[in-house]
Amino acid sequence: MNLFEILSYGFIQRALLAGTLIALLCSVLGVFLVLRRLSLIGDGLAHVTFGSTAIALALKFYSAMSLLVSMPIVLLASLGILKLTEKGRLSGDAAIGLVSALGISAGIILASVGGGYNVDLLSYLFGNILSIKSEEVVIAGFLCIGVMLLLTLYYHELFAISFSDELAKVSGIRTSFINSILVLLTALSVVLAMKLVGIMLISSLLIVPAAGALQLARGFKVCIVLAALQGCSSVIIGIIISIMSNLPASASIVMVNLLFFAAACVARRIIYPKNSN
Amino acid sequence: MSGEIVRAELLSCSYREGRVLEDISFRVERGDYVGIVGPNGSGKSTLVKALLGLVTINKGSALLFGNPVSSFRDWHKVGYLPQSLHLVNPVFPATVHETVGLGLLSLKCFPKRLNRTDKDKIDITLDELGILDLEHKLIGELSGGQLQRVLLARAIVNDPELLVLDEPTAALDPETRGRFYKMIADINRSRGVTVLLVTHDSGSIGKHASKMLYLDKKLLFYGSFDEFCCSPEMSSLFGEHSQHLMCHRH
Repeated sequence: MNLFEILSYGFIQRALLAGTLIALLCSVLGVFLVLRRLSLIGDGLAHVTFGSTAIALALKFYSAMSLLVSMPIVLLASLGILKLTEKGRLSGDAAIGLVSALGISAGIILASVGGGYNVDLLSYLFGNILSIKSEEVVIAGFLCIGVMLLLTLYYHELFAISFSDELAKVSGIRTSFINSILVLLTALSVVLAMKLVGIMLISSLLIVPAAGALQLARGFKVCIVLAALQGCSSVIIGIIISIMSNLPASASIVMVNLLFFAAACVARRIIYPKNSN
Repeated sequence: MSGEIVRAELLSCSYREGRVLEDISFRVERGDYVGIVGPNGSGKSTLVKALLGLVTINKGSALLFGNPVSSFRDWHKVGYLPQSLHLVNPVFPATVHETVGLGLLSLKCFPKRLNRTDKDKIDITLDELGILDLEHKLIGELSGGQLQRVLLARAIVNDPELLVLDEPTAALDPETRGRFYKMIADINRSRGVTVLLVTHDSGSIGKHASKMLYLDKKLLFYGSFDEFCCSPEMSSLFGEHSQHLMCHRH
């Protein structure tokens, strides 16, 4: 099968379109999360999404309809992580661990009570972007526009809290509100990204593009653009490789992402030899 | 112009380990340059953080420009320079220009955007502090002294009326430290900016500050540098010889 033939299939076009949109969201948000040392929030929220998907399937909400159940639960969980960090005398990683444990254990219990793991639930563990439906692409498109709009409107506030919470507060920025926006947008993106790479690999979609961009970027805006380019390219190349080589799409996307990261590390040593240590 | 810029009234703060500040009361007038000194763990940093609303005040109150800090909204009047080594993530990808631009956000309404005038303002401030040549460098590539100047530029780019500096010279060598204090004194004199500066270095700060505040959980002294030098309380605290060395202006 050649490249043009591959691209002519509707399910592949849908996968490429939805995958690129989701990768764009995750890689841009990832820069803020990595710099705020909240990298693993994606993992935690993915585990909650697993639990919420189990609830959705138990209630007979399938495919795009399952988002109606998952989204509010994951949004609440993201705020829970934030509150535990702010008020619960817990560090960010401990709060993420707590919420993550709650999500995954709830998912296992519900799946077990509901008659064991079915195919739909397993597809959320490892992702299945090639089975994405038209309505899910439309939802991804609308959410992508909404999230990118909010990120653009609050760009400077997000930049400021990523640099320093303390300085942002003394600049009159409502840091709690901006932190809430960041985790809520992350929660939305994680729910969407579940279909792309599954809960096992979701954090890579948030972390790896940002980590790659940080190797080369000279400027905050440049870093965001580089992360977005890496994230989107990884999805496109990963999906094409997976089809041509008959490999799982999710793992292929992540491996391409990791190769980009390795290339960025090598490029950094060549371009900025003085700053490579 | 005269007027009260900062007032603390019986201000007390506690952490889990216990009381850090106890019944602190003082006033800072417009144009003052106040050196806040005291031993390690005396609550100096906590005091400035309480005045800026960054830590919870358990008792008493802090007022900025006549307003309780909890309801204070005119943050464009305030510039803040924290202990920079604790602040800066060495891999943070921002350039010097982007970092200094963050200081202008307090002047902006939603959605916050920086325009051409703001960019010129950033360049002018960098030029004033002699670091315009660094504007495209990443902050992780700067030396301690350069970083300190960049964070100072961020703190003064919005033309604040009050500048609060928390141990800004801790990572600097004595020569750079002296130049830094002089730079702050120039800003205080030429722009009429009120300065609160926390330091361990009570000897050097005395050459520039108009007032000294000596703290050890409680307020032990607040007054002019000359009064500080003649104070019997300070003499009994430091010993006459040490007090003489500290107060000797070169």
